Amino acid sequence: MAADRVDGYLRFRNVKKSYDQKTLVVKDFNLELAKGEFLTLLGPSGSGKTTVLMMMAGFESVTSGDILLDGNPITRTAPYKRNIGMVFQNYALFPHMSIAENLAYPLKVRKKSKAEIAERVQRYLDLIELGDFGNRTPGQLSGGQRQRVALARALIFGPSLVLMDEPLGALDKKLREQMQLEISRLHQKLGFTVIYVTHDQGEALTMSDRIAVFDRGVVQQCAAPDVLYEQPANAFVADFIGENNFLPGVVTRREGDWVRVRISGGGEIEARCADCGDVGSDCLISVRPEKLFIEEAGHDYDNRFGALLKTRLYVGDFIRYFFELDDGTEVVVKVLNDHAAPELSMSEKSLLLSRRRDCFAFARK
Amino acid sequence: MGQDQAITGSDPRLTAGEAALARRELRRHKLIALLLVVPLLLFLLFAFVAPIATMLYRGFNNPAVAQLIPGTLQRLVPWDGTGIPDRAVLTRMALDLRRLAKIRRSGKLAEELNRHLPGASSVVKSTARKLRRKSETELEQKGADLLLAANSLWSKPAIWQAVKKAGQVYTDTYYLTAMDLERTFAGDIQTRQSGQIYVKLYTKTLRMALIITLMCLLLGYPLAYFLANAPPKTANMLMIFVLLPFWTSLLVRTTAWIALLQTNGVINSFLTAASIVTDPLEMLYTEFSTVVAMTHILLPFMILPLYSVMKGIDPSYMRAAMSMGARPLSAFVSVYLPNTMPGLSAGALLVFIISVGYYITPALVGGTKGQMISNIIAFHMQQSNNWGLAAALGTLLLVLILTLYWLYDRFVGAANIKLG
Ligand SMILES: Nc1ncnc2c1ncn2[C@@H]1O[C@H](COP(=O)(O)OP(=O)(O)O)[C@@H](O)[C@H]1O
Ligand SMILES: [Mg+2]
Repeated sequence: MAADRVDGYLRFRNVKKSYDQKTLVVKDFNLELAKGEFLTLLGPSGSGKTTVLMMMAGFESVTSGDILLDGNPITRTAPYKRNIGMVFQNYALFPHMSIAENLAYPLKVRKKSKAEIAERVQRYLDLIELGDFGNRTPGQLSGGQRQRVALARALIFGPSLVLMDEPLGALDKKLREQMQLEISRLHQKLGFTVIYVTHDQGEALTMSDRIAVFDRGVVQQCAAPDVLYEQPANAFVADFIGENNFLPGVVTRREGDWVRVRISGGGEIEARCADCGDVGSDCLISVRPEKLFIEEAGHDYDNRFGALLKTRLYVGDFIRYFFELDDGTEVVVKVLNDHAAPELSMSEKSLLLSRRRDCFAFARK
Repeated sequence: MGQDQAITGSDPRLTAGEAALARRELRRHKLIALLLVVPLLLFLLFAFVAPIATMLYRGFNNPAVAQLIPGTLQRLVPWDGTGIPDRAVLTRMALDLRRLAKIRRSGKLAEELNRHLPGASSVVKSTARKLRRKSETELEQKGADLLLAANSLWSKPAIWQAVKKAGQVYTDTYYLTAMDLERTFAGDIQTRQSGQIYVKLYTKTLRMALIITLMCLLLGYPLAYFLANAPPKTANMLMIFVLLPFWTSLLVRTTAWIALLQTNGVINSFLTAASIVTDPLEMLYTEFSTVVAMTHILLPFMILPLYSVMKGIDPSYMRAAMSMGARPLSAFVSVYLPNTMPGLSAGALLVFIISVGYYITPALVGGTKGQMISNIIAFHMQQSNNWGLAAALGTLLLVLILTLYWLYDRFVGAANIKLG
């Protein structure tokens, strides 16, 4: 839904960044954000996410290109004039100030009246459910509480844009899920625009309106979570988001969006062409473990190929089967643990099935 | 079943036997810990506590005169300080002087008396020389007359007051002198008539230490900041430069300053050659030279604690402050500076305390103008042989530093200090 209300509230135009004047850490970054949108930069560590955020906040210079906020270029604006809220991975709460003083800091800088500061600090303390904690120091709070304070401090002066750099990276799993909900709640309630950085795809999928998948300084795909998961634009995205099986092969026929591929493990597969080449070129077929089925009677599937069962892993709510194709390619199949879960014997050839719309063909480099 | 076991086995109390075992274990740990620190404690006792206690004691204790002329002093006890003491005292003094002259100890007495009555030294020495030639029986009969005839000073109360004062085994004279005070014969304390030296010197020492501390802070803070934020490779190399002074001899570094600062030294040659000044500047043997050389020598003590504290300050603090709208300077003052306080206090305290008691550098480059209190203490120990006064001055210095530390703890908090 957010994808079609892009109105260019925030725009990155051909932004490039080099730290050493030799290599580009961010290569030609283009992005538009709508007001109120929650956009996530997702990518492996070292892919340049923090660098983009730091350029946005003004702590790193932009080597070339422009950043426009509400139509105005802010590329050369000093960080303290940008009015952008920022949440750091390590919270960056000032250890020599109490929680209330930390929250009051941006308001004091803006020379608000004492009464207004006190009122607003209390309101935000209540908002993050730490109403009685104003007098504590950051050292006396738990990780989750500190995270909430950092969040409140980035929001208290009413910035319309908030940047978060892996804000939940230091929390354990349960707390992280709780905080994801908390951030989403505040986002919906206060309506600010968010650029959120993470390397955790689960976090990205559950929270974002759109996700920009980042690798080696380039946006590989920028789309809504379901699109990203169900229609990856290239092999990197298919691999990075969720779990996937990759079967190498060669394109044998091409008709518009659809291709036929002869896979080296034996057999032919019909697939949707994402960024694959012409007939005769090498490609990779991706198909997710839950979109593969083990031979069943009476079902109509587009693709079928033979595979040997190697291992069976009992996970609880589902069962994972590890198959091997003739060329040694490993294929994982995930089957819901219901009464229909097939009883297979080891080292026996089975037939794996899939629909052609669940298979994607990518260029193999 | 496993759960049942957990419940029955969850009583946290120890049985009597277990408690005894636990106590024995604890005692063993304490004993081992004690054994580990015993060598240090013994060392501290002999190398630190004992010398300081001796120094404190020496400031009060002055047995020299009492040992030289015990008989005279004993007979002088009833004298009230007016007029000349009675003949028995004079006779005894004459005999004591003769005895001291024979065993060549009259010089010591002369030196001790001279501290209480300037000019007494030569009188004591000449009198002793004259009396030495007389026989003991002659002195026993008319020693008093011979003494009075030897020098007119012996008929003045001042010399006898000096003898009586110098003869006290336990005395506050040294401490009073160290504070430029003296006690009249009647027992009142007044400022010393013969000149104000030590209070001025203490003030000067404190002022110079303060200037040195400020200079170290001014030079050290930006450098420590730069080091803490530089890439590790650069930081390591610069750190070697900071530590370099520790690896060269203190004397070499100090004499290098002499070469730089003297009248025909490097700086003056340059300045005159460049026609910036016509006459060479007088830089060596001044307060200026002491401050410069000591700042150079003590700078690492400021940089190291600052560096270690700054290293631990997350760079995101400053960024966070600026993202919230604070200008760089205001962010620095309200966020960065308070967080460097532990290192800053540690460095400042270290430099200040070391420089208050510093000796070698002011002795070499300070001349008379750039002298500090420790140079005077050394002077009294080595040249004027006045160990009592040296001890009193040293003790006062110790008290001064402890007071400053106490004040610091009161207002800044010593718990804040972080040395590394
Ligand atoms: N201040 C810097 N100076 C030089 N190189 C840097 C600096 N910050 C980041 N880099 C480099 O830029 C690349 C991207 O880093 P970063 O933006 O932090 O990635 P991410 O946040 O996605 O993990 C990395 O290779 C990193 O080594
Ligand atoms: Mg990062």
